[in-house]
Amino acid sequence: MSLIEVKNVKYAYNYGSQDAIVAVNDVSFGIEEGEFVALVGHNGSGKSTLAKMLNGLIIPLDGDVLIDGMNTRDDSLLYDIRRQIGVVFQNPDNQMVATIIEDDIAFGPENLGLDPKEIRERVDWALGAVGMEKHKKGMPFRLSGGQKQRVAIAGVLAIKPRVLVLDESTSMLDPKGRTEVLNVIKRLNKEENITVVLITHYMDEATDADRIIILNKGKIAHIGGKEIFLEEDRLRSYGLNVPTHIHIANSLRQGGMDIGQIWTERELEEEICRLL
Amino acid sequence: MRDIALGQYYPANSIIHRMDPRAKIIIALMYMVSIFFINTYTVYVLTFLVLFLLVLLSKVPIKLILKSVKPILFLITFTAVINLFLTPLENKPYVIDVYFRQWTVNNIIFELKWKFIRFGMTWTGVNNALKMALRLTLLVMGPSLLTLTTTPVTLTDGVESLMKPLRIIRFPVHELALIMSITLKFIPNIIEETDKIMMAQRARCADFDSGNIFKKAKALLPVIIPLFVNSLRRAEELAYAMDSRCYRGSKGRTKMKELKFGLKDFMALLLAAGFSFLIFMARYNWFSLNIIYSLV
Amino acid sequence: MPIVIENLSYTYSPNTVFAHDALKNVHMTIDDGEFVGIIGHTGSGKSTLVLHLNGLIKLTSGKILVNDIDLSKKYDYKKLRSTVGIVFQYPEYQLFDETVEKDIAFGPKNLGLSKEEVAYRVRTAMEMVGLDYEIIKDRSPFELSGGQKRRAALAGVIAMHPKILILDEPTAGLDPKGKENILELVHSIKKASQVTVIMISHNMDEINEHCTRVAVLNQGELVYYLKPSELVERSLELGKMGLDIPTSARIARRLRKKGINIKTGIHKQDELIAEVLKLYKGERA
Repeated sequence: MSLIEVKNVKYAYNYGSQDAIVAVNDVSFGIEEGEFVALVGHNGSGKSTLAKMLNGLIIPLDGDVLIDGMNTRDDSLLYDIRRQIGVVFQNPDNQMVATIIEDDIAFGPENLGLDPKEIRERVDWALGAVGMEKHKKGMPFRLSGGQKQRVAIAGVLAIKPRVLVLDESTSMLDPKGRTEVLNVIKRLNKEENITVVLITHYMDEATDADRIIILNKGKIAHIGGKEIFLEEDRLRSYGLNVPTHIHIANSLRQGGMDIGQIWTERELEEEICRLL
Repeated sequence: MRDIALGQYYPANSIIHRMDPRAKIIIALMYMVSIFFINTYTVYVLTFLVLFLLVLLSKVPIKLILKSVKPILFLITFTAVINLFLTPLENKPYVIDVYFRQWTVNNIIFELKWKFIRFGMTWTGVNNALKMALRLTLLVMGPSLLTLTTTPVTLTDGVESLMKPLRIIRFPVHELALIMSITLKFIPNIIEETDKIMMAQRARCADFDSGNIFKKAKALLPVIIPLFVNSLRRAEELAYAMDSRCYRGSKGRTKMKELKFGLKDFMALLLAAGFSFLIFMARYNWFSLNIIYSLV
Repeated sequence: MPIVIENLSYTYSPNTVFAHDALKNVHMTIDDGEFVGIIGHTGSGKSTLVLHLNGLIKLTSGKILVNDIDLSKKYDYKKLRSTVGIVFQYPEYQLFDETVEKDIAFGPKNLGLSKEEVAYRVRTAMEMVGLDYEIIKDRSPFELSGGQKRRAALAGVIAMHPKILILDEPTAGLDPKGKENILELVHSIKKASQVTVIMISHNMDEINEHCTRVAVLNQGELVYYLKPSELVERSLELGKMGLDIPTSARIARRLRKKGINIKTGIHKQDELIAEVLKLYKGERA
């Protein structure tokens, strides 16, 4: 059994009324412990709805979501599910509850009813894990976007979840902030063995993922590896883009050049050098 | 402006800063009540001295404490003027009493008469004006020392802890404290957002400054509506985030920073109680201690 | 010469401990019909600069001329703000009225235009941004989709018929398709109404694909104000400021280093593809 099992889930907003909007339609997938999965889709593809289903903020109208075997339908299990799955949202400002950063990180462990010493240890550990220990006593509104989002990640980490879900957590950040956040989660995945579900609409963020799940109009369009980058037209039809260097490689191939399989800019350059 | 969430907190490492907020709140309350019972200049001077000593201990610049009086300067002047000139002009003997020496003078210092209108100043008026000014000044300075040495968050924790007994009557103490703390957190965000919305509407030639009050109120709608809509969205996202972080209300919740009421806090409380007792003693002449009573 | 900025400096909270120099001696001119990109990190002074241009920040030091309106003297703020339109990053800061039509009419109405003129402008602005007038006009702006909201906000500014259109990170938070659509829209508006466009962005690829000149701000100073083809040759200096050159320029530079004879100044992906294919075909011939 997988750590996360999503089975034939369906969800619609304004369900039952005339202007019902189907957000997720018959979606199934599983995620194993320790995996780094990118869940990619255009705006309105249903990816955020799916994120909120993973920890029971939204209960599917049809189908089931099982976390370590616990069904999100069961109200009495929600608290245990949320200890396993931490969700970081889009806007860091709206996820913080306290004026001082360390107080905010403590919010989660405090809810777990841990003793003060343990909470303190977790707060220090979580801030260290995202590289924000220097700002412990600082105030959130003085931070840059990337720093704020790292604090938000620390706030979730302090609960010590097995899974970290990032619900478009990079979409409001500048390139520097994005890189900061992506580096942090990659490290958490590798070093702390935390399962990562990265929800995004940037295909280039998916380059480091073990698996890529693509959603299109509420349905799964693709589950698999990076090979999908080669199918640029298909990605475009899902409202997605490939990273610039992969687009260049694909175009050169179309122009008759025999470019081999490349995933990074360096690999592309080597291929061009080989052929010229 | 964005520092509003800090209130007027002055960061320093002093014995006063480190005190338990509950002790500080109780002492501030005792102090505020006691002030109303001071009626002699000796005790006023004594109270000022004690307050001065506390300010020194707190390492807060005395200038900041004095600044706290500024907003009520008008009130102080206003009451002083009323006391000075609107006290009835009673022609009676008035005893000025300074350290066992006494002078008896006429109550009326000067008087102007024009037809039926009498205008003048009395010693009673001078006395009342001076005491009222002293009382108001003390009343503002004490609590501002509290807020200068305590962050709003700690203050909230203190209030929450002190109100705990109210839980018995199902008063939502924890929820109220959380609301207070979240409000403090979001004030800078909302100020920033208001700023941006106003700019966006000004860019479309919105005019917030001219016209009468109704026109002005109407002109603010393009600011208030987006602010309201955005705040609702914020609240929804915050609720999701709190749920995700295992929030279940106060049930089973612990705190990282437990308030610790130490021996020092207890001593401080005892000292403060002693001082209040002294004030009451002077006022009601318990034990007939004339020394304190002797000044006026 | 529509915009001349001379010696512009600005300090936030002057004479206090929080004093912070947001702009230092900025000189720049923007010609009619240009598409100028402004790039820099958060806090580099990008916003402070553009907010000066329509008087949302009051000029305190230096000189600004916008279409012959001298901002250092007393001027008619309605005239200035109808000349320079700003669309802010999030449409949520702007949309407020009951219907899309009324919301877009807000600016033109404030200009004191006649009812017919306002109605005409709203209609044409909606058409220009690709919102179907008949279908959308009576809907609440809050019910629109994310992309439609951006279009409505843009229409609200375009309806004031500005000569200069400033866009503050118009694509932030949008998905690739949405980004593409908005940028295409900006180009079509520019073509249709001959406006000068100033676009703030922190995406080097985007800026260099679309702009005629790029202003690089760093800690309040205007470091570069160059054509993209010139700017991409300053990768070392840009790197020191923590800014990256566009992907295509980066690849071209490294290929050149490896001894491949690629022309300088490449800043668009299509240029790089064409250049590499040209070399490839030359090799084979």
